[in-house]
Amino acid sequence: MKGNEAMAEAAIQAKADAYFGYPITPQSEVLEYLALEMPKRHGILLQAESEVAAINMIYGASGAGARVWTSSSSPGISLMQEGLSYIASAELPCLVVNVNRAGPGLGTIQPAQGDYFQATKGGGHGDYHLIVLAPASVQEMSDFVFLGFELADKYRNPVMMLSDGAIGQMMEKVTFYNKEIVKPEKPWATIGKPKSRPRNILTSLYIKPDRMELHNMHLQEKYKTIQETETRWEEIQVDDADYIFVAFGLAARVCHKTIQLAREKGIKAGILRPITLWPFPSKRIAEIADRAKLFISVELNAGQMVEDVRLAVNGKVPVEFYGRMGGMIPSPDEILTKFENLIIKHHVN
Amino acid sequence: MLTEDLLHEETELIDKPSFPDEEYELVYKKPDSLIDVPMHYCPGCAHSLVHKLIMEVIEELGIQEETVGVAPVGCSVFAYDYLDIDMQEAAHGRATAVATGIKRMLPDKYVFTYQGDGDLAAIGTAETIHTINRGENIAIFFINNAVYGMTSGQMAPTTLADMVTTTSPYGRDVKTVGEPMKISELISHLPGSFYVTRQAVNNATAVRKARKAIMNAFKYQKLKKGLSFVEIIGNCPSNWKMTPIQCNEFVDTNMIKTFPLGDIKLPKGEDLKQLSEV
Repeated sequence: MKGNEAMAEAAIQAKADAYFGYPITPQSEVLEYLALEMPKRHGILLQAESEVAAINMIYGASGAGARVWTSSSSPGISLMQEGLSYIASAELPCLVVNVNRAGPGLGTIQPAQGDYFQATKGGGHGDYHLIVLAPASVQEMSDFVFLGFELADKYRNPVMMLSDGAIGQMMEKVTFYNKEIVKPEKPWATIGKPKSRPRNILTSLYIKPDRMELHNMHLQEKYKTIQETETRWEEIQVDDADYIFVAFGLAARVCHKTIQLAREKGIKAGILRPITLWPFPSKRIAEIADRAKLFISVELNAGQMVEDVRLAVNGKVPVEFYGRMGGMIPSPDEILTKFENLIIKHHVN
Repeated sequence: MLTEDLLHEETELIDKPSFPDEEYELVYKKPDSLIDVPMHYCPGCAHSLVHKLIMEVIEELGIQEETVGVAPVGCSVFAYDYLDIDMQEAAHGRATAVATGIKRMLPDKYVFTYQGDGDLAAIGTAETIHTINRGENIAIFFINNAVYGMTSGQMAPTTLADMVTTTSPYGRDVKTVGEPMKISELISHLPGSFYVTRQAVNNATAVRKARKAIMNAFKYQKLKKGLSFVEIIGNCPSNWKMTPIQCNEFVDTNMIKTFPLGDIKLPKGEDLKQLSEV
């Protein structure tokens, strides 16, 4: 199955109540798949007039207690940022998928990771965080739908899956989550106020600064809990490695081949693959930095995640970056050559 | 999320005057579902009156437990402080998209938006038109006072020709910024609009008619035949720089010349016949 289709099927199986979206390459298969399947199965599908409208439909439907999601690609995700800021502040659970293409501007439809900053640093206005999941396979595009809905409900927080045009379009074998789907009660939802409770109000408006600060403190407290409990990553041959690649999604797949080539040459390299881009596995990177010689962040952008790696390593060892932009994908050999030059540069042999 | 406690902390309850029962007979009171707190609206503002009409209708229909409201950015963004129903605040212009999300999830509940002219007719025009074109079974209450009230009186898409505002200090020049937008007429051409009417609240007769229109807009949701759109010509004493009485006169002498009152689109007789059945 294609990554985009696997994700759409997973959402149906996760008993999503609704999808609101707008077509954009390279993820239009999502809307098309849902348009074929949902009428036969369950849930509401609505093609909105814009991404701006779609994300606000998500706001309304999530506020009404539904399990809702949308997907788009970079320019469309930019249009959703206003809504995401409101959703984060009003604490409405939802899943938003970004099948990242190359930018800036209209850019091109080829895969990229240039939306890392937008996804992990807020994206819209104000102090907030999305929980950001980065799949590296079609299987994970399916798995992270289930996980995304769970995390969104658990923390009443929007979750973003940051994929890319390659993983969305590639075909791989996929096994769907085979557990019972549990949807939590949502006593805060606006579904009509029974006499038994006070009215529910969903808002991000606190006009008095002291109240607004309290609300911010509440959000920050929640983000701290998420950082402590939900940070996820994968380590590949890290235990004995002198050199640590940090890469997510598609870049991590390419690096996987690179470390195999390196190990054939006797160079001990490993990969730390962040699965949650926010919260970022900073603590683990700091631990590894106590014994590793060099970190290399490989990304399909001009160097975004490398800033988080540097913050985590905190000057203990050198942190280098290699990336391609504009929809170009480096080959394992290309990365290996760069890697070997870096080893020489830092005399860390 | 605001809790009831927090809300009450912000707005102290008014001491209710007590009248000895034997001396006075209660002939009229505000609806219980209009929360008894001081409103932030300026004295003479039409919002408070329209809020009351909406809650009167909700009480009369007995649908308080089945109604969800949406108030987007504008003076009325605080509507949830006063209306004792479940409500969602929405971003500027996005109320009808939010209401679409709610109504699609809760098709048997009553859903309405309460929007100003800057919100509905400028920044939210796309959402407004497409929501109506889809025939969402919601009610839109569109309060048109020809200015941006909350941001202190800038020119709106509905500002009258030659009208002075803070961003049209020499009067609205229709040659450069266009004529005031008549949204009700515009959207009445969309098949998804079921009921479109323009009312005012500047005198007792007008208030009664506006109340009737609000009543219709709620009732028609049961038919699931499309969207009800009630435009209400409001006012803005602070930004029009007029007394409430002058405002009422200005509505008659100026506002309704550009925005004539009355029904613009009425449901067909056969649809209304169904209403008595549901």
